Amino acid sequence: MSLIDSLPRVGAPKLPKVDGLIPWIVPLAIVLIWQLACVTGYVPSRVLPAPTDVALAGWKLLLSGELIRNIWVSFWRASIGFVIGGGIGFAFGLANGLSQLSAKLTDTTLQMVRNIPHLALIPLVILWFGIDESAKLFLVALGVFFPIYLNTLHGIRTVDPQLIEMGRIYGMTDGELFRRVIFPGALPSIFVGLRFALGIMWLTLIVAETIAASSGLGYMAMQAREFMLIDVVVLSILIYALLGKLADSASRALERLTLSWHPAFQKK
Amino acid sequence: MQEALRFQSAGAEPVDRADIVVQARQLRRGSEGAARGLSLTIRGLRKSFGDNEVLRSIDLHIPSGQFVAIVGRSGCGKSTLLRLVAGLDAPTAGSIAFGEEPRAQDVRVMFQEPRLLPWARVLSNVEVGLGRERSSADAQARAERALVEVGLGDKRAEWPSVLSGGQKQRVALARALVSQPRVLAFDEPLGALDALTRISMQQLLERVWRDQGFTAILVTHDVAEAVALADRVLVIEDGRIAQDVTIDLPRPRRRGSAELAALEGEILKHLLEGSEDTL
Repeated sequence: MSLIDSLPRVGAPKLPKVDGLIPWIVPLAIVLIWQLACVTGYVPSRVLPAPTDVALAGWKLLLSGELIRNIWVSFWRASIGFVIGGGIGFAFGLANGLSQLSAKLTDTTLQMVRNIPHLALIPLVILWFGIDESAKLFLVALGVFFPIYLNTLHGIRTVDPQLIEMGRIYGMTDGELFRRVIFPGALPSIFVGLRFALGIMWLTLIVAETIAASSGLGYMAMQAREFMLIDVVVLSILIYALLGKLADSASRALERLTLSWHPAFQKK
Repeated sequence: MQEALRFQSAGAEPVDRADIVVQARQLRRGSEGAARGLSLTIRGLRKSFGDNEVLRSIDLHIPSGQFVAIVGRSGCGKSTLLRLVAGLDAPTAGSIAFGEEPRAQDVRVMFQEPRLLPWARVLSNVEVGLGRERSSADAQARAERALVEVGLGDKRAEWPSVLSGGQKQRVALARALVSQPRVLAFDEPLGALDALTRISMQQLLERVWRDQGFTAILVTHDVAEAVALADRVLVIEDGRIAQDVTIDLPRPRRRGSAELAALEGEILKHLLEGSEDTL
C-alpha cells in the first residue's frame, strides 16, 4: 500500500489487481441491494429470501452432502452429453466442410433437424427413455450438436482460399494442409460454437432435470418448490449462474491459449 | 550474408556433387549463376475461361537466369500467364517446358498479398517454403538464413500480425527463397507497398536474384519498376505479346536516369496507344 502511495501519480493510476475486480462490481452491488431490500422488509422473504438466508441454506445442504452430490450429478450429465453431442457435431462439421459429397449427403437433413426446438422433444424422449440418465444425455447431446456443427462447418468453409492455394504451391499434403492451414483457420469459429454450446448445455440440462429427474440440481430445485423452500430454489438458480460462468471462463482460457496468434488476444 | 548464401546453396540440393561445386563457384564469382535458373519455353499457349479468351497463342523462350518483366493493362492476361507458368491453372492449349523437364516442381510464386499463416511464427512461415524438405534436420537453420537474407533475422519469433506490410512481404520473399527455387514468379508483389518501401524491396529483389541466379518472372503494372529490374520487358496486349524489349543497361541501375526514363516512356507510349484503340 505504502509503496503504491509513494509512486508518482501521472493521470489515472493503473492498478492491475483492481482491474480484475471490475467485472464483479455489478454482481456484488446487486447482492448488496438485494440484502438491503430484504432486511428492510421491502421484499417479503416469501417472495425472495435474503442472500444470507440463501447462503445459510447452501451451508446446510453442503453439510448434509446433498448439494455436492447433486452438483456432481448435474456436472457429470452436462459433460458426458457435451462430449457426445459436441464430438458428433465436430465430426460432421469437419466431414461436411472438407468433403462436398458428405455435405450434399447430410447437410440438408441436419438443417431440417436443426429447426426443431430440441426441448420440444421432451415428451417423446420421456416416452423413449423414461426419466433415465439416457434421456438427459440425449437432450444435452442434441442441444450442443448444432452450434458446434454449424460453427465448425462455417470455420472450415471460410478459411482464406489464398492460404490454401499457398499451401498447395508449397507442396503440403492433404493432411498437412488440414493441420497447418485449415484447422488453425477454423479454430476461432469453432470456439464461438463451443461457447454457444456451453450455454445451451446448461439450459437443456436445467429444463430436463426439472421435468424428468430423480437427482441433480434441477431436481433439487423442483423438490424445494414442493416443500416451499424458496431459499433452496434461489440457491439452485445461483449455482447455475456460477456453473455457467465457470464453463465460459474455461473456454475463454482455452481460447487465449490456442489463439495467441490472433491480434484480438495479444497483450497490448 | 553472401557467406550464408553460398553455404545454403551448397547444402540445398543433394543431387549432383559436381553440379553443386559448379554452382558454388559461379556464386562466388558473382556471375549471374546461369546454371541455377531453369530456362522456360512456352509454345502456342492459350487459356480461355468459357467464351472469354484471355491468352491467344503465346510463344516465348526465357533463357535460364533471365529476369523478365511482364507488363500490360489490367485484364490483359499477364497474371493468367503467370498462374499457368506456376502450374496454378491448366492451359487450354499449348505447352510450357522447363529446361529439359516437361514440368518443374521448383517454381515458387510470390503474390501481391504476403499470404502468411497468421497462426504460425515468422520462422515457421518461412519453413513452409521448404516444401517436402520441411522435416529435414537443417530446416530451421535454412529458414533462419533466409530470414537473415531479407533482413528480418530479429523477427523470427514474432507473429505476422505485428509486422508492417513491407516486412510481411519480406517474410513471403524469404519463404519463396528458402527452397532455392530455380524459377521464381512474382505476381505484383510490391503493388500494395508505399513508394519508399517499394524501392527498397526492388533493390532486395534484384540483390537476391543476382546472388541466387534463379529465373525471375515479374508481373507488374508499374513500367518504371519493370525497366529498373528486368533484363527484358514483355508487353502483353489482348492476350498476345505485343512488344519484347531488351533492357541492356548495366546494374545496379540508377533510378531516375535518362536511359531508364526513355525506355519507360517508350513502353508507356505503346501501352497508351493500345488503350486508345480500344476506347
